[in-house]
Amino acid sequence: MLNVKSLTKIFYPGSINERVALDRVSLSLEKGQFTTIIGGNGAGKSTLLKCIAGIYQAEEGTVSLNGEEVTRLPDYRRAASICHVFQDPMVGTAASLTVEENLALALRRGDKRRLRWAIADSNRVFFQERLLSLQLGLEERLNSPVKLLSGGQRQALALLMTTLKEPKLALLDEHTASLDPKTANTVLELTEKLIENQGITTLMVTHNMEQALKMGHRTIMMHEGKIILDVSGPDRKNLTVSDLVDMFYEASGEELQQDRLLLAKGR
Amino acid sequence: MSAVVIHGAILLGLLYAIMVLGVFLTFRVLNYADLTVDGSLPLGAAITASLIATGTNPFLATLVAPLLGAVAGLITGILHTKFSITPLLSGILTSIGLYSINLRIMNSPNISLLRATTVYDYFSLGGLSARTGEYLAAGVVVVILVLLLYSFLHTESGLAVRATGDNEIMMRSQGVNTDNMKILGLSLSNALVALSGAMIAQYQGFADVNMGIGTIIVGLASVIIGEVLFGVKSILGKVVAVVFGSVVYRLAIALVLRLGFIEHTDLRLFTALLVTLALIAPELSKKFQANAGSKRLSA
Repeated sequence: MLNVKSLTKIFYPGSINERVALDRVSLSLEKGQFTTIIGGNGAGKSTLLKCIAGIYQAEEGTVSLNGEEVTRLPDYRRAASICHVFQDPMVGTAASLTVEENLALALRRGDKRRLRWAIADSNRVFFQERLLSLQLGLEERLNSPVKLLSGGQRQALALLMTTLKEPKLALLDEHTASLDPKTANTVLELTEKLIENQGITTLMVTHNMEQALKMGHRTIMMHEGKIILDVSGPDRKNLTVSDLVDMFYEASGEELQQDRLLLAKGR
Repeated sequence: MSAVVIHGAILLGLLYAIMVLGVFLTFRVLNYADLTVDGSLPLGAAITASLIATGTNPFLATLVAPLLGAVAGLITGILHTKFSITPLLSGILTSIGLYSINLRIMNSPNISLLRATTVYDYFSLGGLSARTGEYLAAGVVVVILVLLLYSFLHTESGLAVRATGDNEIMMRSQGVNTDNMKILGLSLSNALVALSGAMIAQYQGFADVNMGIGTIIVGLASVIIGEVLFGVKSILGKVVAVVFGSVVYRLAIALVLRLGFIEHTDLRLFTALLVTLALIAPELSKKFQANAGSKRLSA
């Protein structure tokens, strides 16, 4: 399904600030596999997602989707197959546009935009149906500008937008990280309902280790631009957070000092 | 104020409103301050005036203007998106270049149309007065363009242009090449601006190479006046407000000139101050409200 080969991304190459964000990362995802990625700040998780989405162009290596190489395609050309939910709820939706207008944009993801009406009455019925599944009351607010919604509502809407037209690959980049715990939980439940249970191939970055082990089929840990741990199947089933911390120590040869990771164990 | 002055101001306001619709499209919808308009307004005037002066049908001559205007917008769009030149500089480069092109088109700094047949003459054919004909022509064109712009903003392409101005990252992640949307918006905008120039030239009876200077400021002033006076939320309301903003601007200018507050020489300074005030007003009111300790801002 997704095949990443020896991907290298260097920021500010040749300058004093040069930083290798991805160091020959290779990764294969099977169709329908839901994979979680954890790692500290600067481990390269987000960069990996952005290289797969085409927001960043990697210096070396290839990205293939269903056997087709997309390494040099710009992000908007990959969007037909790949959808991306960002950490910042403000990024996934257009604030001045209404709920239905945002949905209409997502309904045509990857299509050529034509000179026909963006929203037909039949679309509205469909939008309401799908919004109802969020159980946030948004079906009553089709004509509200999105800027009037809360962060959680906007993120839920962004999730719905990614699934309005089923993608081949979903990239979730810490999409609950900037929400309060309760809202984050709601959005996580929606993630299970709309994405995981629909069998959409997914890469989800999270800073919550427990969540990383609980959700999906496979967990990857990144450190300094490399994948240092990759568990799935029965091995993963019995894994606890403290195992994960130990394994991190073994694999990286360093103490796991990222407070954010340790503190995020609970919840 | 005499009736002649008021009618003149309203008519000029309606004709400039076509340009203001274009500025609205770039400045408010695309969030792009496009200075191309200083060159594309006289471009439309120049090409239409030259064609009419050489005997072309005035309707045909008027229709050529938006085509050339669109090309001007296209050039600015390409400079900005493909070569990463800043929006302001891209617009300035195009409008500076257009100055020479406009001189070439007209073969002189100005062309008189005083004895030529213009589109307005066709609207006063059935025994209507010249002024009625002018109102009719301006009104018909403005209404059609308002409806067209409103409709466009509700098409898939129009929605993509709006989303590009709102949130480029999101629009790209939904599979839209935002560069193309900017180029599309800039082309449409400058097509409107050039059409405005063509209509103005025929109305005032001449095209002048310098008639475009400060167009962007007049456009911004009109957009902002429309928003302040008719603070509506719907897209249709916003587009209509822009037209009223343009008319109110012309009336205000006519009034202050009439009352002798300022002279013609001071007009640009007056407009610049007006726009500056309007642009800093939200910031000032924020500070003022913060000082006054009041609770909420009306966004």
